[in-house]
Amino acid sequence: MSADQAASAVVVLPVQAAPADGPVAVRFDNVTLGYDRHPAVHHLDGALAGGSLTAVVGPNGAGKSTLLKSIAGLIKPLGGRIRLGQPRERVAYLPQLSDLDRSFPIGVYDLVAMGLWHRVGVFGRIGRREAGRIEDAIAAVGLTGFERRPIGKLSGGQLQRALFARLLVQDAALIVLDEPFNALDAKTTADLLDLVHRWHREERTVIAALHDLATVEQTFPETLLIAREPVAWGRTASVLTPENLLSARRMIEASDPHARACDRAA
Amino acid sequence: MTVLYSWLIAPFADFDFMRRGLVGAVALALSGAPVGVFLMLRRMSLTGDAMAHAVLPGAAIGFMLYGLSLPAMTIGGLVAGCAVALLAGAVARATSLREDASLASFYLLSLALGVTIVSIRGSNIDLLHVLFGSVLALDDATLLLLGGVATVTLMTLSVLYRPLVMECVDPGFLRSVSRLGAPTHLAFLSLLVLNLVAGFHALGTLLAIGMMILPAATARFWIEDVTGMIVLSVVVALIAGWAGLVLSFHFGLPAGPSIILAAGALHVVSLVVGPAGGLLHGLLPRPHLEA
Repeated sequence: MSADQAASAVVVLPVQAAPADGPVAVRFDNVTLGYDRHPAVHHLDGALAGGSLTAVVGPNGAGKSTLLKSIAGLIKPLGGRIRLGQPRERVAYLPQLSDLDRSFPIGVYDLVAMGLWHRVGVFGRIGRREAGRIEDAIAAVGLTGFERRPIGKLSGGQLQRALFARLLVQDAALIVLDEPFNALDAKTTADLLDLVHRWHREERTVIAALHDLATVEQTFPETLLIAREPVAWGRTASVLTPENLLSARRMIEASDPHARACDRAA
Repeated sequence: MTVLYSWLIAPFADFDFMRRGLVGAVALALSGAPVGVFLMLRRMSLTGDAMAHAVLPGAAIGFMLYGLSLPAMTIGGLVAGCAVALLAGAVARATSLREDASLASFYLLSLALGVTIVSIRGSNIDLLHVLFGSVLALDDATLLLLGGVATVTLMTLSVLYRPLVMECVDPGFLRSVSRLGAPTHLAFLSLLVLNLVAGFHALGTLLAIGMMILPAATARFWIEDVTGMIVLSVVVALIAGWAGLVLSFHFGLPAGPSIILAAGALHVVSLVVGPAGGLLHGLLPRPHLEA
């Protein structure tokens, strides 16, 4: 089968994760996402099972970040519906490029404490129990001793550790990570992957956009391969086949700046 | 002892107008300095400056219609300040002009317009009063206004503290957990206008922003934590207010500018010797640590 046939085949066949018998963390009903009417994610159907650990893989511009933003509720779908299996407060999101102001005079402890927002809100007291959670999270990411360190004086890896500690404190049921291991060394990546495993063991749902296929194959049981259109979704070994990866690349190359309105059946 | 007393305390013990000036300066320090810290940390120092000038034409129209009337000039200043804050934001979003350039154009226009309006109706004395304030001629109504603004500011800041800090540090995170981002920003801009209008009565439009930015920028050289910075900036503003009044009393200097000069002197000293990024700190050769 040529790659062209493979690419056109995915347009016809609905690509969908095997529906699990159990709670659903996120369900996509014919979801189209994009900017200025240009779709970045086109007609996505499927569901993330509760407690699943899923990698989102695809070329640059495939719509990975857009998809994750939509789960986090930061953009609205152009079409279709996204339904969450848990309240919005139980979703934690780590963006790829955070607009964190690293020159702001605030320490690691206070940054991590922001994860308590849904518990303490504008006025609530951070009592002994909450303080314990903050300290535990800082210890879990290996930043003990850095509590008072201003965030501007952290290395890139240390800052990412601190942001993971904030995710720990958020205690979310669904954790959305956008390329969390970019530009990190092997040690830091391994430590943070351990936390992802820990979340998986605690039956939290985790979805992460990643580029390193080796990490995906070793760590993530489920994979969604996306190239604007969903290409394949399911067990990682069955998704990351050479044919699927090739068709994903070809689909991104075929983008059309003068596209007409899409009339595919809803 | 008596020398110290006669220099530092006697002016306030002996003269009512000095006491009133001090009360006004204390109120301004308590509310303006914390607002200034956030203004600086949000990189909005110049925005604040522009808005201080924007208050002028509003106050000037109040002056034109009702003379040196406190309510008229206050309301005029509030309306003009809010209008320019919103307009500058809108112009920056709707046109290709960056926000700093559009703010600069707005404030130059405002300043020219305000001075013109005041000159048409009033004398040069009035103009000086509007531009540089009259910290030694604060009447009861003005003091009440300053105290009221300080109270409202501190209460609002204490309510908004967490979302405001989060909006500064990580606006994306705040957006992902709460919808308070935009209301917080608007409330902060309102506090800014309110404090500029209050400061305008004591220090005038040209110097009102000084009582906010200088103490904040001074505190930045000593402390690397936002809470400590706010406390220190208030202390710096209090010292500057008191020292400025004392200097103006003994040397016959204009009071408003003396206060700002005192704050400026503290700022320059901190800039040189401050341990958090001061000049000397970077120049002194010190052995690095083992870890």
